[in-house]
Amino acid sequence: MGRKILLDKINVPGIKTYEVYRREGGYASVEKALKKMTPDEVVEEVKTSGLRGRGGAGFPAGMKWSFIDKKSGNPRHLVCNADESEPGTFKDRYLMEYIPHLLIEGMITSSYALGANLSYIYIRGEYMWVYKILERAIAEAKAAGFLGKNILGSGYDLELFVQIGGGAYICGEETALIESLEGKRGNPRLKPPFPAVKGLWQNPTVVNNVETIAAVPWIINNSGADYAGIGIGRSTGTKLISASGNIKNQGVYEIELGVSVYEFMNSDEYCGGMQTDRPLKALVPGGSSVPILPANLIYKTAAGEDRLMTYESLSDGGFATGSMLGSGGFIVYDDRACIVRNTWNFSRFYHHESCGQCTPCREGTGWLEKVLHRIENGHGREEDIELLWSIQSKIEGNTICPLGDAASWPVAAAIRHFKDEFEYHIRFPEKVRNRDHFVNEPFEKVKHLVAKQTV
Amino acid sequence: MKVTIDGQEIEVEAGTTILQAARMIGGESVPPAMCYYSKLKGTGGKCRCCLVDVTKGSEADPRPMPKLVASCVTGCQDGMEIASKSSERVTEARKAVTEFLLINHPLDCPVCDQAGECDLQNLSFEHGKSETRFIEEKRTFEPEDIGDKIQLHMNRCIVCQRCVEVADQLTDGRVHGVLNRGDHSQISTCVSAAIDNEFSGNMIDVCPVGALTDKTFRFKSRVWFNKPFNAHRECTTPGCCGKTTVWMFGDEIQRVTARKDEYHEVEDFICNTCRFDKKEVSDWVIEGPRRFEKDSVINQNNYTRKMDKVVIETEKGILMGRDIDRKKISMSEIDYNEKIDGNLIDSKKNG
Repeated sequence: MGRKILLDKINVPGIKTYEVYRREGGYASVEKALKKMTPDEVVEEVKTSGLRGRGGAGFPAGMKWSFIDKKSGNPRHLVCNADESEPGTFKDRYLMEYIPHLLIEGMITSSYALGANLSYIYIRGEYMWVYKILERAIAEAKAAGFLGKNILGSGYDLELFVQIGGGAYICGEETALIESLEGKRGNPRLKPPFPAVKGLWQNPTVVNNVETIAAVPWIINNSGADYAGIGIGRSTGTKLISASGNIKNQGVYEIELGVSVYEFMNSDEYCGGMQTDRPLKALVPGGSSVPILPANLIYKTAAGEDRLMTYESLSDGGFATGSMLGSGGFIVYDDRACIVRNTWNFSRFYHHESCGQCTPCREGTGWLEKVLHRIENGHGREEDIELLWSIQSKIEGNTICPLGDAASWPVAAAIRHFKDEFEYHIRFPEKVRNRDHFVNEPFEKVKHLVAKQTV
Repeated sequence: MKVTIDGQEIEVEAGTTILQAARMIGGESVPPAMCYYSKLKGTGGKCRCCLVDVTKGSEADPRPMPKLVASCVTGCQDGMEIASKSSERVTEARKAVTEFLLINHPLDCPVCDQAGECDLQNLSFEHGKSETRFIEEKRTFEPEDIGDKIQLHMNRCIVCQRCVEVADQLTDGRVHGVLNRGDHSQISTCVSAAIDNEFSGNMIDVCPVGALTDKTFRFKSRVWFNKPFNAHRECTTPGCCGKTTVWMFGDEIQRVTARKDEYHEVEDFICNTCRFDKKEVSDWVIEGPRRFEKDSVINQNNYTRKMDKVVIETEKGILMGRDIDRKKISMSEIDYNEKIDGNLIDSKKNG
């Protein structure tokens, strides 16, 4: 059994309520931090822990905290990014719905570390019921004296608000989130200045993912060194993985970083193997924006080593033969899945969610989607594969925010690893018209049709 | 601070952006800019046309920047070295952006009033290619009437958001914004109400394409058939400088705009009274011809060149054809027995 940090108490009946949560040792980190530690000591502890941002980029949280501008004397803010909208990722929802006080506790401790007296949780509009759960949790915490003026007699004040988004994926990008929180249209800002210097209302701001903040109480209760002891190398601690797709047990799992992909997929503790006897075809290990991996690169890296669930191992081989841990949206495909259709579906999402501010993303995502739609529906041309490759390479790196990159990576990886499937769609349009291709006739059986002819 | 752009050194003050430094140098190194407008705060960074390659970050930190950066919003650092025109990567990126800007653009230049002074035309002349790879249906919008002075052609818009900044900064009260997102983003007054403000006409001048044009000049002339003159009048509107360019055809003032510099940015904003209501020569004090850059199509109709009489060899035939056409247009002159090609129905030709 792997160690549980976030979901340890998840099955305690009534853990949603303040009484049970407190009885189970909740809010101990707030007491410890506010009474015995200085804010800088809390930051130092998080730095030692090696905790990395769980939203997708994996930037060390302690380092992010240490960048915040404390010299200017402007009020500082902590914003929790609960705008979890990446297709395939649903871990934050689970955490907030079933153990909301963990997030509140993390918010108080982290806000104290940053010296923030006004903090926000920005939650996506689709999570309306979770919003209500959080509001109740905040009211309970306030009634118990963990929020408001002079918390636990320490002289530290903190107000915590939950703000609901309007349902835009782009508002998960930290500067767009800040814009949206200020009541404006959620367009990403140009950087620099970074939020750590000029964020919410031009004040220094730190934006962290729900899971990142929820890990802070454990680090404070125990120690940063204890947290760093879990995991492998620079991937420390535990990570929530939202497993979905053609596996037996879909759901949210907490893993110690360093578990092998094989074990995660096949052990009964986690995914429990494939759903049916159809073989594994592909894996998206970290949410829709990360590159898809073909079957031969899932369990082993290109170098022949075991692939582990860590930031480093999953990205081993770069984008040529690797992927990313991302936000932990673990999507498994068996051989019924059509990669072209899947890529089109992702592209459709990015087309729909592009904010429209900068040219390559605004025009390019729509173009990708249209070309992929044509190929999937049997109207593809041979030159379309090259065209897709060219479009994605022209979006990537030329945009204001990472949404452009996120839109191009899945397309690039699909073409890189599954080019023959694209060719199959183009050359045999009559076979893909009914959308049930690959269900009765897996691609392996028809692969020879598009195989390179050697004379 | 010293910066080097394409091998040309220049001393700039702290806080200068790369684009501004390049404009100080001038010439071919100046990156094109579709959304940046030096007279408007908060513009820039969106169109990605002005991407440059920073090959050396600064004297203190000589590492190159990994990605291309938007020169209009990136500040110069001491000792920075920048490749603009000289970089292959930058040329590629600009070509890509040009292609992206054009895929959903209607390319209706022959009927567009902006043609001849359009930044997108200039950009595609420089960085575009002759063939298209886009075979999809272009995205279109429902036409929207935004008043009797300004014509909105949403299909031509490239969402640079300059006009939104005009609405925000020059005119009081926000009457204009962006609706929707992605490639369906659109500039709108939100309520289709007329833009009722003395300075709203400046949206026409800042628009780099033909999305916002002057309704009082609509289809009146091609810009290169007009003769532009600097002119001024005593304007009583607070905040208006009264200095304009009037575009004349013969003795008629067909259009009034603000004076634009070599980067097509206005020197000073003007009010709607000057722009739309003062179309009599007697309203203005004409200063003299307005100069445009050497390659501008507007110079086709310049003042210095001797104009030869145009002789069209086939004129007679053309005029004859025109007579036949005119006959067809007024149906009364068509014989009931005559088919539209001019031959009689019972003639041998028509069986």
